[in-house]
Amino acid sequence: MSILTYLIPISLILGGIGLLGFVYTVRSNQYDDPEGDSQRILSDEWDDHPKP
Amino acid sequence: MTAAMRPAPSACPACAAAPAAEALAELALPKEARIALSVPAVHCAACISTVERALAAAPGVHSARVNLTLKRASIEADPDVMPDDLIRVLDGIGYEAHELDAGTLSATQTDKSGRELLMRLAVAGFASMNVMLLSVAVWSGAADATRDLFHWISAAITLPTIAFSGQPFFRNAWAALRVGRLNMDVPITLAIVLAVGTSVWETTLSGDHAYFDAALALTFFLLAGRYLDHRTRAIARSAAEELAALEVPRAIRLTDGTETQVPVAELSVGDLVLVRPGGRMPVDGEITHGTSEIDRSLLTGETLPVFAQPGQAVSAGEVNLTGPLTIRASAVGRDTSLHRMADLVAIAESGRSRYTSLADKAAQLYAPGVHILSALSFVGWWLYSGDLRMAVNIAAAVLIITCPCALGLAVPAVTTAASGRLFRKGMLIKHATALERLAQVDTVVFDKTGTLTAGTPELTNLSDHSPRDLSLALALAQASSHPLSMSLTAAARAAGVTPAQVDQITEVPGYGTQAIWQGRSIRLGRAAWVGAPASAETSAWLAIEDEAPRAFTFTDRLRKGAAEAVLALQNAGKEVYLISGDTSAAVEALATRLGITHWMAEALPADKSDRIAALSQQGKHVLMVGDGLNDTAALAAADVSISPASALDAARVASDIVLLGGDLTPIAEALDTARSATRRIRENFRIATLYNVIAVPIAVIGLATPLVAALAMSASSITVSLNALRLR
Repeated sequence: MSILTYLIPISLILGGIGLLGFVYTVRSNQYDDPEGDSQRILSDEWDDHPKP
Repeated sequence: MTAAMRPAPSACPACAAAPAAEALAELALPKEARIALSVPAVHCAACISTVERALAAAPGVHSARVNLTLKRASIEADPDVMPDDLIRVLDGIGYEAHELDAGTLSATQTDKSGRELLMRLAVAGFASMNVMLLSVAVWSGAADATRDLFHWISAAITLPTIAFSGQPFFRNAWAALRVGRLNMDVPITLAIVLAVGTSVWETTLSGDHAYFDAALALTFFLLAGRYLDHRTRAIARSAAEELAALEVPRAIRLTDGTETQVPVAELSVGDLVLVRPGGRMPVDGEITHGTSEIDRSLLTGETLPVFAQPGQAVSAGEVNLTGPLTIRASAVGRDTSLHRMADLVAIAESGRSRYTSLADKAAQLYAPGVHILSALSFVGWWLYSGDLRMAVNIAAAVLIITCPCALGLAVPAVTTAASGRLFRKGMLIKHATALERLAQVDTVVFDKTGTLTAGTPELTNLSDHSPRDLSLALALAQASSHPLSMSLTAAARAAGVTPAQVDQITEVPGYGTQAIWQGRSIRLGRAAWVGAPASAETSAWLAIEDEAPRAFTFTDRLRKGAAEAVLALQNAGKEVYLISGDTSAAVEALATRLGITHWMAEALPADKSDRIAALSQQGKHVLMVGDGLNDTAALAAADVSISPASALDAARVASDIVLLGGDLTPIAEALDTARSATRRIRENFRIATLYNVIAVPIAVIGLATPLVAALAMSASSITVSLNALRLR
């Protein structure tokens, strides 16, 4: 059962990373224009971040 | 009407920004101007890059970004860049654009409370999944030290999560309790607190059952309901504010003969204001210079334009039709008659405040019931067994099992589905209980001008005139932008008439157009100007020297779908009324045309709302459809109200639903959708009750385990959501 001492923290940390990722996307306005973002990936133009 | 909604064209682009630029120059801090444009035509990846590239290439523009979801472009530019220049840039590449007032929009730019709810929802979801993992291990047989460890870990996750995610419920419950009322949030809060409290207590005593997962799942499901509810209203609100932002409050001030474009808020009493043809009066005042005709239909419902000359008083909201007018402001901003009337509406008792929503009705029955049941099972078990710990556990189980998870989703799930469906048909549901009130409607009251009619004139007697007269009238009419002239031009061109050769065409603002034809003077305009008798009908007169004047008569064009909507409502057994501020003759003509038997003409704003109050007193549920300032009191007094997008801002604010397209047909369909939505809501309440009838006895006799609670809760929530989706 001592495996639990690793598994439980690992599962919590992984879940926490997901949660933090979500918090980051909300904070940086990534849900403001879902339709536009889905269309923009089809555009031929790109900026230099990140470099192609 | 659409012409009036657009911002007045700027004559002097650079000077308009001058006051702002001066103010900034004093601070020696050149700031960027933020400009928002509504671009309804963007729809694809190519459009986005075309629009952005064109805007970015315009001089002075720093950056431009298109939001496809909102069909809006936001631009950061030098302070001296004018929105009108950018609109011209977009026009040049084939995209129609309208300026949006940044001040009106900023209110919705960041939806803070929505974001907050989403964050709480995400945290609750994360925590409930992790705790559920641990709980499943306990249910499948973890015992002794392992179970206690799992319970302790669950507690460590649950306590901070509940403290963060449960706040909206705690706050609402406290607000209700403080004024001595009960709402749905009181049993929710009690259940969450009691569940967490007893679970922690059980854990310290290393007991078998902990309800951490139930408390979290409850919070998660209820937050999901709240978020759905919030989304629906946020979408409606932002669309409504975009409509308001389309009317940019800007005016042209004359100081020592020079024109300056200033925000309406900066005008003060005594200022001279220039109003161009097609523009709306920004202030109350007196005409000092110029003659024209003014359209007062939004304020009074009259369709006949009124002649305007120096000395005459005008009110904010009236539309100038033909010639430029200079007005000396006598009342500005909040003091204008427009605002005073709009404020009166806010004070008037509104139909929506009389209505108790289905959810509130359910809560009134439900909340005391649950508390009594839970208290009874606590007292009963305590007296029977003398075991306080067991009695508290059972009372908590009863509260958790009965907790209105499904009830919390029952209403928002349905209204979200129904509002989405109506939004796609072009209806914006602004108020939370509008659908429920719409479902009860049995009487529909229409306004005439601007609601059933489009507010644009239509020529009725084209065939009565000789080809010579027609070609002369066309020659004169096409030189003017007066609504009657434009309608005459369109009708004559459509009939294949070619304009006659005339010389020296001049437009006399407020009167008409005149010219010389084969040495004879000809005129097209008002009756009095050409020497014709006045008539009650909307008409323009053609006068040829030495001949009797001939009348071109007009009727107000029906709005698209008006006839269909009235017919559909009558077929559905609704009583349809027509109440207008226009003349008897015009109202009667329209009523006969549409087959409406109950009509009332020359109604003052107070008459309209009195009539609606009288109908309500007879026990009728009234839907009011109107667009003008004279309708606002009636819109507020009715049980539920609809206004078209072209309506005056005050009327849109007073109504529960806004029709986005020009078409009236969705009204009849909306009544059907509202009825089926209300039916679904009631079904959902029944499902939730049924599940309680089965689960509550199990909890009361002490057989409920956390597993049973989790299963029952999820099953009912999912059933209710699926039932709501059937509406689509």
